[in-house]
Amino acid sequence: MTAPTPGAVAIEAKGLTKQFGSILALDRLELTVPAGSIFGLLGPNGAGKTTTIRILAGLAQASSGSATVAGIKVGLDVPELHRHVGYLDQDPRFYSWMTGRDLLAFVGRLHGLDGQELRARVTEMLERTGLGAAAERRIGGYSGGMRQRLGIAQAILQRPTILFLDEPVSSLDPEGRRDLLELITSLRGEATVVVSTHVLSDVERICDRVAILDRGRLVTEGPLQELLDAHARPIYRLAPGPGQDARQSDLIAALRAARWVTTASVSAGTITVTVSDPAAAADEILPLVVAAGVTLDAFERARPTLEEVFLELVGPTAPDDLDGRGFVRPREATRQ
Amino acid sequence: MTGFGALLRKELLEQWRTTRLPLVVVVFLLVGLSSPLLARFTPEILKAVGGNQFQIVLPMPTAADAYDQLAKNLGEFGALIAVLLAMGSVATEKERGTAAFILVKPVSRAAFLISKLAAIAATLGVATVIAGAGAWFYTLVLFEPLPVGGFIAAMFLQWLALVAYAAITFVGSTLTRSALAAAGLGVAAFLVLGILSIVPGVGTYLPTGLGAPARALALGLAHVDALGPMATSVGLIGGLVVVSWLAFRRQEL
Repeated sequence: MTAPTPGAVAIEAKGLTKQFGSILALDRLELTVPAGSIFGLLGPNGAGKTTTIRILAGLAQASSGSATVAGIKVGLDVPELHRHVGYLDQDPRFYSWMTGRDLLAFVGRLHGLDGQELRARVTEMLERTGLGAAAERRIGGYSGGMRQRLGIAQAILQRPTILFLDEPVSSLDPEGRRDLLELITSLRGEATVVVSTHVLSDVERICDRVAILDRGRLVTEGPLQELLDAHARPIYRLAPGPGQDARQSDLIAALRAARWVTTASVSAGTITVTVSDPAAAADEILPLVVAAGVTLDAFERARPTLEEVFLELVGPTAPDDLDGRGFVRPREATRQ
Repeated sequence: MTGFGALLRKELLEQWRTTRLPLVVVVFLLVGLSSPLLARFTPEILKAVGGNQFQIVLPMPTAADAYDQLAKNLGEFGALIAVLLAMGSVATEKERGTAAFILVKPVSRAAFLISKLAAIAATLGVATVIAGAGAWFYTLVLFEPLPVGGFIAAMFLQWLALVAYAAITFVGSTLTRSALAAAGLGVAAFLVLGILSIVPGVGTYLPTGLGAPARALALGLAHVDALGPMATSVGLIGGLVVVSWLAFRRQEL
């Protein structure tokens, strides 16, 4: 694995479209992933995350548009592309008759490794993914979490310059999830990692850039912090001291009347205020408290979360928008 | 053919670990051993079963009968096993998702397909050698020795016919995601080839047409024209591999 060149582009998609019959799974996706970044691909189920990754990894063919990965045009039968790419499916499947060590040795041979180098790399990957003790067991007896770890091991074995991980933590227990997120973080600077997930807290923890997809369309894309700053509205939490019920009611009424307040609610003695104009809120919220004569035990301007950004951009999914599998109904090609 | 060596090694290991190779070898060995035995003792068995109720006059069995029995059994059981080996080779991997796992590695789709068919051909080859050795030995014990060189050449032609049946099923396995559909294609092709084999001028050039030269070689008969059916069978197998590749290279996994 050679360190990515700063400023270089690892992945570029232009007008990437995927149509299944009348269903538009991906709609003119434009995407640029800088080399060396850990890039989160977000969206509800059915948004097009997996389709995007499958096209970029050379497992599916775009209906129109084009993409390059590591400077190589993606397609269905491009072995050269896969010298640079590691891939983990959301439901990784391997040969049940192989042991974990057999599988990694097989993958290593496919990448041209052999001899001592192959054995050393296999052992390193088994240890790195916590599968050392299960290395000689048949994969057919592995749990879902162990298969996921093995999937990671085989994906990074050849030290790829670009790594695609489709819902990598979906079947891991909390400890496995933490370990995997740490492993992904450790790849920063070594490889470009594209992670699709809908676990937003994980994305906030490891990603430096994100793209949000909804029904096959790119909603937004950029550095995580810029996205949070641009879209998230701060939340204020006010905890009045005891014995101020009347004044507290006046304060809530005053807050609800303010033009910059979206919602003001009370729960467990704490007033939570969401705002539409952060600048006005910063100037006016404390004067309102003082004017109402309320003394506070605590006052907090909460850090905006990615979940808020996501909900603001994509919005909650209405039950009518879900199909029988819990996936958001995709767009129909004729309605675009 | 990027990745062919590693893929072939995996396929051969799979044939062994999943006990396909040992099972096929055992079945073929039984076919090989039982064919001369059946040829030798069929008249006596019929006589014992029929008793004195009716008289059956059968000529004395010969080494040629032993070979004919072997060819018949290989043509039926062998072809069935060739279909069974090939039916899930690609379809099952597509269905289970293991094809996708492999094809995101630096591996060409041609190498993926050819390694599979090569491993099936190798399994059928080992099994045919074992069946041939068993049949030749029992023919020696029960009748007379058959010419070794001619018998080996005959077994090669039998093997070529089996690989052709496997290749037809292989195309089905590549085109569909269902091993059963692939098997259906293999069996249908087997029946169609059986019907076409009786068409004058056509049958000679089909895999079924390999039977006559194989018999002549095994029994040391003078006139043997094996090149025509051999060439068409090799051409058929090659053509089927190309069809499989053309279909598979466009498939999403």
